[in-house]
Amino acid sequence: MTGRVLEGIRAVEFGQFYVGPYTSEALAYFGAEVIKVESIRRPDPTRWFGSTGGPDPKIIILTDPNKSVGFNELNLNKLSVNLDLTKPKAVELAKKIAEVSDVIVENNRPGVLDRLGLSYEAIREVKPDIIYLSASCRGSTGPERNYAGFAPIFGSLGGLSEITGYADGPPAPPIGGRTDIVCGTANAFSIITALIHREMTGKGQYIDNSDSEVISCLVWDTIMDYNLNGRIQTRRGNKDDIFAPHDCYRCKGEDDWISIAISNDEEWRAFAGAIGNPDWAKEERFQDAYLRKKNEEELDRLISQWTISHTKYEVMDILQKAGVAAVHSFSSKDFFSDPHLKERGAFTEVEHPVIGRLTVMNPPWKLSATPAEIVRHAPLFGEHNNYVFGELLGMSQEEIKALMDEQVIY
Amino acid sequence: MAGKALEGVRVLEYASFVSGPYCSKLLADLGAEVIKIEKPEAGDEARKRGPFPGDIPHPEKSGLFLYLNTNKLGITLNPEISTGKKIFLELVKWADILIEDKPPGGMEELGFAYESLKEINPRLITTSITPFGEFGPYRDYKGYHLNVVHASGSGYLLPTSTNLEREPLKAGGHFDDCSCGLSAAIATLGALYWRGATGSGQHIDCSKQDMIMDLDKVMLTIYPNMGAVSSRVPISSVMGMSNLPCTDGYIMFAYMMKSHLMGLFDAMGNPEYLEKFRDDDYRDEHIQEFQQYVAEWAKDGTREELYNEAQKRGVPTGIVRSTEEVLNWEQPKAREFFVEVNHPEAGRLECPTAAYRLSETPVAIEHPAPLLGEHNEEVYCERLGYTRQDLVKMKAAGVI
Repeated sequence: MTGRVLEGIRAVEFGQFYVGPYTSEALAYFGAEVIKVESIRRPDPTRWFGSTGGPDPKIIILTDPNKSVGFNELNLNKLSVNLDLTKPKAVELAKKIAEVSDVIVENNRPGVLDRLGLSYEAIREVKPDIIYLSASCRGSTGPERNYAGFAPIFGSLGGLSEITGYADGPPAPPIGGRTDIVCGTANAFSIITALIHREMTGKGQYIDNSDSEVISCLVWDTIMDYNLNGRIQTRRGNKDDIFAPHDCYRCKGEDDWISIAISNDEEWRAFAGAIGNPDWAKEERFQDAYLRKKNEEELDRLISQWTISHTKYEVMDILQKAGVAAVHSFSSKDFFSDPHLKERGAFTEVEHPVIGRLTVMNPPWKLSATPAEIVRHAPLFGEHNNYVFGELLGMSQEEIKALMDEQVIY
Repeated sequence: MAGKALEGVRVLEYASFVSGPYCSKLLADLGAEVIKIEKPEAGDEARKRGPFPGDIPHPEKSGLFLYLNTNKLGITLNPEISTGKKIFLELVKWADILIEDKPPGGMEELGFAYESLKEINPRLITTSITPFGEFGPYRDYKGYHLNVVHASGSGYLLPTSTNLEREPLKAGGHFDDCSCGLSAAIATLGALYWRGATGSGQHIDCSKQDMIMDLDKVMLTIYPNMGAVSSRVPISSVMGMSNLPCTDGYIMFAYMMKSHLMGLFDAMGNPEYLEKFRDDDYRDEHIQEFQQYVAEWAKDGTREELYNEAQKRGVPTGIVRSTEEVLNWEQPKAREFFVEVNHPEAGRLECPTAAYRLSETPVAIEHPAPLLGEHNEEVYCERLGYTRQDLVKMKAAGVI
């Protein structure tokens, strides 16, 4: 075993919700030691979000900061300490932690950490080569720097929501955290970049990230159509500009679908053969990509007539054997019974001391020499006060106790 | 003078269309030297896809290609024939990183298995980006962007109609294909950082399905942990959000926290409701009543008005911006998010720099995407020592 890529790197996280926490979780997957700073006055709000579970799940507000399954998923491998940063002594301790760290990750509203005395400039004084990343909805400069947002809002401002949805329906802002996690991914990427630069030059730096700009970067080709042609692209379901079929088709079962995408005539012939060369597939109006796209509505209807009489697994099997890109739409349940994901080890389990055994998703990259991996559950609230203040900063038990009594470590 | 974070890092790109090229673009924009290999004559798939200026298809004018390939050197090479193979291996010797997207087993067939590349360059990092990864029962399955997106569960998670007659949806544009390039880039740079300490390269297997699933991991793991199936859930019931029509489009409010709800009531100018909803129990039980009030209020407002009124009170709010509005919006302009790139064939284009502003090593778009084979002479003659006559012969032989 050769370790993990960021072993020896220490990051301090002043994070909340998804973006900041996923940023440092990605670093922690790669072996960085991440210390999450929270206070009972202001814990990461995700600690309070739970779900009733069951067939009709509802969001519930938890009373125990150690019971959120979502928090666990976003804070794996990390350590947690408590500091009430409204108190100057706590700010001094946070700086002491920063002094022995390499990276700061924060996603508060721009200016919040500055007012607490934990700005980039303040940290740089105690740790000149610190890499300090601030992520916010619109970035820390510009007229809208103080505006707040969550994932679907980044999606809406960045241009993704407008182009996502049915052609005849409203925009579909992406929920579920995907637009947060993609921002966390961009953050982690820029931090590792800065670490490489620091290795070469000894210099740290400040990184200012705008979440809505991350989204714009990922849909830029669509935005470019306006730039080039003055055309404002909008929603069109699963459709492609040029190719057909290119959509999800209903299969036998309840809400079961298969995605089929055909990009050339060879694949079309393979498709027609695989479904038994029905007469309609021989019709002139489907014989080249231009005609298929032109007659897409009718084509979709005919394909659906075939898919509806098979299960999604049957369709996938029949078409993939013929070399056609057809994959069923995975529902929540499918992920945990699917043989491919099982073999790839997409999920693993951790034993959480309060919640019990939990399924978590493994990091998505398979590095041959230095696997990114999950080594522990998300930290309990303040679980590592003793390690960080005692071992790392060398404070005595009495000192720690006194600061707890003063509600500095709180 | 600002430095470049990845100055001196050498990347060989043997990839096409979106994910692989976006991954190496991210490195190129930070200063890495990227040599992009394209098929002689045909070139990258993206060259065939629009948007094209004036809707006139032209291999040098694809907006998609021009965006995804800035700052790269472009060469043509056919590594499937003998001389092409030999040159490919010379480039492997030169590279720190190889980014490739051949179907699993494709590199082995060409004689480019990671193990043999490592023999000639032990420091090489190879990042393989494939639809379902390099192992597992679906490894040979064909999967375009549409297929891998729906294989990742997001189709059922987008807040679409709860009407089961409608198909699950993908996010617009090439969003997920680009996000895969970004995700693969973290692992690639992680390996580069580690290599600095050890001198040893490695192989990275990046499955698009895994990388897209990772984005939705919080939702996906609800099922095994809580038995709840998250599927086709309307946006309002998920996490205290409303996406509402107003006079000139859609506006999106989030009110997960009490302070957000109170802020919205304040913005609506209705102190009576404010008092009523201050009570936690009342609020939890009457969330639909609240949603109706907000919808009524939003209906008669404009997006800008609602956006600013709510944001002033700390309520997370977003306008659903069109592509035109993203380009013409003050905030990114003030942040100098866009730069003009001047391309010899396509003319002036606006491209984003990057969402992350690195104070010491900013992203710079200094060169437009390469013309097909634009840097053949520079790479083959100046770096690998071939003569111009060799180039003529190699061109005739279909090598380049």
